[in-house]
Amino acid sequence: MTEPVLRLEAVRKSFGGTLVLRDVDLEVAPHTVTALIGASGSGKSTLLRCVNLLEEIDDGAVFLDGDEITDPRTDADLVRRRIGVVFQAYNLFPHMTVLENVTLAPRRVHRAGKERARERALELLARLGLQDKADAYPDRLSGGQQQRVAIVRALAVEPRLLLLDEITAALDPELVGEVLAVVRDLKDQGMTMVIATHEMGFAREVADQVCFLDGGAVLERGTPEEVFGEPRRARTQAFLARVLEAGRPVGRPTV
Amino acid sequence: MSNDSEVNDSEVDTDNAEAIGDRAGESARAPYRPSARRIERERYRKARTRRSVLIATASTLVTAVVLYLLVTGSPGWPRTRETFFNAHYAREALPEVLKGLWLNIRLLVVCGALVLVLGLVLAVARTLRGPVFFPVRALATAYVDFFRGLPLIICLLGVIFGVPALRLTGVTSDPVVLGGAALVLTYSAYVAEVFRAGIETVHPSQRAAARSLGLTNAQAMRYVVLPQAVRRVVPPLLNDLVSLQKDTGLVSIGGVVDAVYAAQIITGKSFNYTPYVVAGLVFVALTIPMTRLTDWVTARMNSRQGAI
Repeated sequence: MTEPVLRLEAVRKSFGGTLVLRDVDLEVAPHTVTALIGASGSGKSTLLRCVNLLEEIDDGAVFLDGDEITDPRTDADLVRRRIGVVFQAYNLFPHMTVLENVTLAPRRVHRAGKERARERALELLARLGLQDKADAYPDRLSGGQQQRVAIVRALAVEPRLLLLDEITAALDPELVGEVLAVVRDLKDQGMTMVIATHEMGFAREVADQVCFLDGGAVLERGTPEEVFGEPRRARTQAFLARVLEAGRPVGRPTV
Repeated sequence: MSNDSEVNDSEVDTDNAEAIGDRAGESARAPYRPSARRIERERYRKARTRRSVLIATASTLVTAVVLYLLVTGSPGWPRTRETFFNAHYAREALPEVLKGLWLNIRLLVVCGALVLVLGLVLAVARTLRGPVFFPVRALATAYVDFFRGLPLIICLLGVIFGVPALRLTGVTSDPVVLGGAALVLTYSAYVAEVFRAGIETVHPSQRAAARSLGLTNAQAMRYVVLPQAVRRVVPPLLNDLVSLQKDTGLVSIGGVVDAVYAAQIITGKSFNYTPYVVAGLVFVALTIPMTRLTDWVTARMNSRQGAI
């Protein structure tokens, strides 16, 4: 069996007295997509932040390509260079143009030449239909465009692993489609991704592995067919039923 | 007259409305004609605006007249006018005041630049994390606490008269240099706090985004946090620079002649206070363009970035 890109071993994390992640185990194989589903506050975002070392874990270990990255002796900056993150609120830098946002890390972190970084950025922007926005400032773009820029920014450093944290949660339904289409393309190109999402239809379609988190623990995991089709746990069934009621179909996505 | 202009205005409005309609792709349909409702609303708004302008003009005039009568009607007015608004002394004082002002301007430029640099360094030093930086952080905090609390005049006296008293070889006793140093000491403490406030207004998610791209803490500060922080604190920074500009006059306690001291010398000879008024107006004239310039720079940055 090939070595997983990402492996979590009994990861535990608490904020103050609240246990947010309780002994989470997870394995993400190369070129696969893992969807994390669960209610708000179930620990999805925290899990992603821990993987990217934006939060320090209390116990357990995280391995990236077999190397333990949660060892305090590892260089966190080196680890983050191998992981791309896209946030729910885009977090673009408002004082920089789209092109500057995208080329910042390649130029300052990876020491790419100005021209080289620019070419590569324009190429990526064109792939996501943003070529004419290169010189615009983020606040002039729609939410969907901003989120696609954020994805390009994360891709520009050629990450080993891409973490997507509820990237469509702040978008209106019409714009959700354009962002999800991008993620679908990335999957086809073999990008390894972990996606925290509320878009059940999308998770079902695109994920190779679905994890249902509840109260900081992985309550159920399996293929989309297993988790969505025949959930074993009562909690999972209840969650999926509530989502259905709220009008987010578990079947095919609407886009 | 007024009827004419009104007709013209509404014609212009109609044209605009049509232009907007065209852009929205409505040209294929019947050309847009503003409805009676819209015309009525616009007429009402115009009438309201005219009324507000009239009221403002009237109240300004009334206030001005009342103030004028109050001042000129006061029993001591002829004497006051002679002492504070004397054209002869104003003419005599202006060249001297301007000569003194040159010193204020030089001090402002040099000290202003040093204050901005030192203030920024102090602010960044206070935001450093990690136990290694504890001494740096503690020193910066102590510096800001001390010099922000110390009255400027005491600081000036201490530096201008205290440093030469040490009789250190190679250290200047020039009151301009020493006074300037004292101004930098005090003002950099103020400005450091302004910068620090700016740094803290940048949302943590910006730093998180920068770090997740692999930027080091220092790079995140340099490329992401500081550029945004500095933009936000331009107005309060200008406030401190204007304040500094006025306080440059205090170096005259070391015996050098600036604009205020030049005025004082003439007043001392003539017992006429007009030179003070001249000096005051010259300072005001200097700050107004500075304010307009920063307003313009800020507005330009904001319009480039879109709505904020």
